[in-house]
Amino acid sequence: MEGNTIEVDIKVPNKTRYLSLIGKIGEDIARELERYSGDKEILAYHLNLVLTEAMVNAIKHAGPKEPEKLVRIVITLHHDDLTIRVYDDGQGFDINSIPAPNFEELEDRGRGIFLIRTLMDSVAYRKNCKENMLEMKKKLG
Amino acid sequence: MNLASETRNDVVIIYVKEERLDAHNSTELKSAVQKLFEDGKKNVLVDLKDVRFIDSSGLGALVSGFKNAISHQGNLKLSSLQSQVKSMFELTRLHRVFEIFPSTAEAVENFQS
Repeated sequence: MEGNTIEVDIKVPNKTRYLSLIGKIGEDIARELERYSGDKEILAYHLNLVLTEAMVNAIKHAGPKEPEKLVRIVITLHHDDLTIRVYDDGQGFDINSIPAPNFEELEDRGRGIFLIRTLMDSVAYRKNCKENMLEMKKKLG
Repeated sequence: MNLASETRNDVVIIYVKEERLDAHNSTELKSAVQKLFEDGKKNVLVDLKDVRFIDSSGLGALVSGFKNAISHQGNLKLSSLQSQVKSMFELTRLHRVFEIFPSTAEAVENFQS
């Protein structure tokens, strides 16, 4: 599939039962990369994970008690550049105010954004009046 | 969530019979472990042989279980982690917190020592 642009644009209800479905799409994309020189199974796990974490984040910020709402996820693969955008229309948050986990303290929460930041090359969260977007990029070359 | 359990040599073993331990099902594991310690069990082993995927919520549920163990003067250990699941513990430095054993049998034996 090299040389072509692939764009997957998905909308799913903001419920955690769809995490597995979204994660699997990330895994399938990793396995389709013909020229990827790294370990595809590790990449598959990592894409599954960042999609899972980003969608949980969107569910949290869009309000899990509003089941009629949708989470939109757009995955774009162009040459070696993978971009994942996850949209929500909730309150939003300041990604720069989220600290790295304190490894000396045993917290139940607070590892999701850290994992995304660790596994992707760049992570940004943008707010505008209509919706918020978490954008994650990774170079696969 | 599909959990199975058995008791071996005073150790309660919880087998997580799920491919994924994530934000969708991890609360159930957290509650199950919490209940064991509240019921007075001291030694709990969570066996993750079937778990192919864990996210931050899954890790969080196990951390919660570990803290529960400490507050009840008990022990929570882990066994049979698949390699990619284990790498998530390493990435988040949680491999320094948990005692992780390659097999259920080795973990059970360790509780006795």
